Parts: sequence; structure tokens; C-alpha cells
Amino acid sequence: MSSTLSLKTEFIKGIWKENPVMASLLGLCPTLAVTNAANNGLAMGLATTFVLLSSSLMISALRNFIPHQVRIAGYIVIIATFVTVADRFLAAYFPTISASLGPYIPLIVVNCLILGRQEAFSSRNGIGRSLLDSLGMGIGFILVLVVLGIIREILGSGSIFGVAILGDWFTPWMVMILPPGAFLTLGILIALANWYNDPSRSKERRAAS
Amino acid sequence: MTEENIPQSQPEQPEKPKKTVKPKKDPRAKLYKPETPLILASSPHFHTNNTVPRIMWNVIAALLPATVLGLVYFQWAAVGIILTAVSSALIAEMLVNKVKGESFTIPDGSALITGLLLALTLPPSFSLGGTALGAVFAIAVGKHFLGGLGYNIFNPALLGRAFLQASFPVPMTTWTWPLTARYADVDGVTAATPLGLFKFEGVTSELSGLITGNISGSLGETSAIAILIGGIYLLIRKYADWRIPLSFLLSTFLVSGVFWLTSPESYPSPVFQLFSGGLMLGAFFMATDMVTSPVTARGAWIFGTCAGFILVIIRLFGGLPEGVMYSILLMNAFTPLINRYTRPTFFGEIRA
Repeated sequence: MSSTLSLKTEFIKGIWKENPVMASLLGLCPTLAVTNAANNGLAMGLATTFVLLSSSLMISALRNFIPHQVRIAGYIVIIATFVTVADRFLAAYFPTISASLGPYIPLIVVNCLILGRQEAFSSRNGIGRSLLDSLGMGIGFILVLVVLGIIREILGSGSIFGVAILGDWFTPWMVMILPPGAFLTLGILIALANWYNDPSRSKERRAAS
Repeated sequence: MTEENIPQSQPEQPEKPKKTVKPKKDPRAKLYKPETPLILASSPHFHTNNTVPRIMWNVIAALLPATVLGLVYFQWAAVGIILTAVSSALIAEMLVNKVKGESFTIPDGSALITGLLLALTLPPSFSLGGTALGAVFAIAVGKHFLGGLGYNIFNPALLGRAFLQASFPVPMTTWTWPLTARYADVDGVTAATPLGLFKFEGVTSELSGLITGNISGSLGETSAIAILIGGIYLLIRKYADWRIPLSFLLSTFLVSGVFWLTSPESYPSPVFQLFSGGLMLGAFFMATDMVTSPVTARGAWIFGTCAGFILVIIRLFGGLPEGVMYSILLMNAFTPLINRYTRPTFFGEIRA
């Protein structure tokens, strides 16, 4: 599907309408696993966006040279290269973040959000469009991870980005920094988004089906 | 099923079961028995005068003995927790009703039950803020986010308790003696529950305490006799399926009995297992929740038996001394599957 959307739409769509997490439910593993604090969510979002942008650029540029039969393997090699770059970069300059994200940085390589964008978009569109698409998707991904991280960090540790904002009166809800908290929060966020997007919402409530 | 004597006039068209009301055996069904061997099953062909509010208010009445004993034993702590849980549940219900744009469902009593049941499962020393949070979670997430009354997969009160257990593990397992028990001259003395005592210190408690409830434990779970009175009332009025508590208790008794026989020193006796912890409360009031337990008779047996088995395994080998909550929640998750596999055959259907 060679895209005919305007450049602006190409960029905007990843942020809300086709948000990788909220609409396509892609990349749920890091979304659920690392968002126990806003910092972690932001770092993971940035790393993923970096990989997404660079591999989109590369794959879009090489799209006429990669043989169709081995394209997936080709994409994975390219993605893995940039994941290694991101992983080593974080380990060298931000060792604490790298430690708290653990294996999830190397695991970006299997994030289906990235492979999905390459297969569905970058391999069929020019460099400019691919970059815009990746940037939009990346920003959408970062937003979700940060929002999720903020909610879980406030309720689970009483702080935002590591800064305590709730006083001693607040007993942290430990469940929020545990895996169930991730599922609960994400489920509620997606439910709210679907409710907001529901075209029938403004109309008369339809009979329960 | 014999199909020989189908009455010419079929009973009135099957009503589509609305919301919660599970097909109940109507007392009038037995009128057909002497003449016709036709067994009525599947859809509820008869009207009963059961309504959601009627069932719910009866359940509340059945909870009264346990509630009153909780108030007697834990006094102001119990008053605070019960009032907080119930009022938070009602307020949450009202707000969700408003947001969903549906009619107010407070009068049907279901939110009141959820709040009350949650309160009865909490330790008396638990904070009021936490209680309110649990009640709001139970109603908003446990009930309404999962579809509302009649659609929720899990028992909302237990889900609220599970949320609190995961959020505040320490306060949720800090127990105090009833004010009427020993040390009554001080405000409250923390003490392990009988199950905790056995698990971590190898001490058995006396049966008399377990029956009257003069022991440490959650607000409403301490007295087996008070719960039994309410539970048997529910069973007699047929507001709960007798198979579920019976099979739950029986399976707990048998499975723990097997372990006890193999090594009476290291495992508690099955009688102790029956009367301790939240088993009575769970078996009579939570496992029998019409929405989250199987519809069919066979399903009810499977539900209770498996819940008892899981309970004993958790109590004997798990990290926690008590497992009623998790055993019921786990079986709640299996309920749709059980319903599916115990579906009665339709008239004339040949099983493949």
C-alpha cells in the first residue's frame, strides 16, 4: 500500500489514531514490563524510537535491494545492529538505567512494533515518509510508556521521575509496581481510549448487545 | 432424559435469562414429577418471583449473624471498617452508574453485599483508607469494568481483597485478638491467626475458639457457627446452590484428611482445616455467588471440589497460611469453561 496520505497525517497517525500500543496492541512486552517508573518508561521509549527511526531509514533506503524472500531476516539483522548500538550506548553512558531495564533493551529486537513498521511501511515507502511514520509511532510509543510509568510510579511509589511528591501519609499500592498493576493500568487506559473513540458514544446508547 | 410424554402444552416460552438470575429449580417443577418423567432442564421455563434485589437482601440478612459477631468481637474497629467499606462501595456504584448513564442500581443491594463481604474479609486493624480503596476497586474494576452485575468474571469482593493483599501485604496479614479475648484490657494485641500459628509455629488452636469466633482473624470469618447459621438459611431459601459449599467443605476435609493420615504431626487435622480461616465464609457466601459460579449441578460439584483441593494445597504447601481467596478466584476463572463442558444436552441432541 503505497501511502497517499498527506505527510502531516503520516506523522500524526502514530500518536493517537494508530497508536502502536493503544490501537494496534504492539510492543506490549516492554510496555508492561518496564513501566514501573516513569524514568524507565521514558528510557525504553527513547531507545525504541531510536531503533525504529534508524532501521526505518536503513530499510527504506535499501528496500529495492533486499530480496523479497529473505526480507524478514534482512530486517532483523538491521534492527539487531541498532539495538546493539542502543544497548551499548546506554550501558556506557547511563549504567543505572541500563541496569534497571535489564534484558528489555536487547529484547527491543523482537519488539513487533519495529518489525511491523518495517514490513508494513518502510519497505514500501520512501525515506522521508518512512522517517515521519517512524517518528510518529515512536512518539506515540513514548507517550504511552511515560503515561503508564507516571501513573504506576505515583500510585506504586508515591513519586514522579524519582521525585517523591506524595507525603508520608500515602501508603504506596505495591500492586501497581508489580505486573498486575501494569495489566490493570494498561487495560483501563485502553478502555478509556476506546470509549473516547467510540463513534456511537454521542448517539443514543444502543441496546446492550 | 425420556422424551416419551411431552405435555401437549409446552410450558411458556423460555424466558431469556436476564442479567444475573441463574436458572433456579422452581418449587413448582416438582408438581410434574409424579405424572411425567420429563426432566426440566436448560432454560428456566417458569417464572419465579425471585428478583435480583430479593436475592441480594436475603444474602445480606444471612450475613447478619457473622456481622454482629464481628461487631461484638472487634467493636469500634469493626464499625469503622464495615461502614467505610459499605459506604465506599455504594458511592462507587453510584458514580459508575452515573458515568455509564444507567439507572441507579444501589437499591438492588448488590453493591451493599460487595462492601459488606469485603469488610468481613479484612483484618480488624486495617486502615480505613485502604478499606475504601478496596471497596472502590471491587465495585469499579471488579464489577463494572468487567461488564457489570451478571457479567463479572470474578467475585468483586474477593477481587477487591486480592487487590488489597497485593498492595498492602503487611497490614493485610496483621491480625489482632478480639477485644473480648484475653488481654482485653489493652486496645489491641497483634496475634497470628490459627492458620498462621499452625503454619509458622506449629501450634494448633482449640476448636471451641474456632467455632465461637473468639480468635484472631478477619472481621467476619472468625466464628464458624455464625456463618453456618446464615449459610444454612441461604441454602434453605435456595438462594445458594447447596452443592457448592458441600463439595467445597467435603473436598477440603477429604484432601486434608489424606495428608493428616499420612503424617498427623506435620499436617493439621481436617476438622481444624474446616473451621479455621475464611473457609466457611468463602464456601457459603463467596463461592456461591450466582454470577461467578457454574450454572449446572455437575458444574457446581466440580467447582466446589476443585476449590477445596486448591485450598488445601495452598494452605499446606503455599507461602501463605490461607488460600480461600485464591482458590475461589481461580475457580471463578474456570467457571465459563466448566459451564461449557457440563452443558446439558438439548432435547433430542445426540452427543458426538
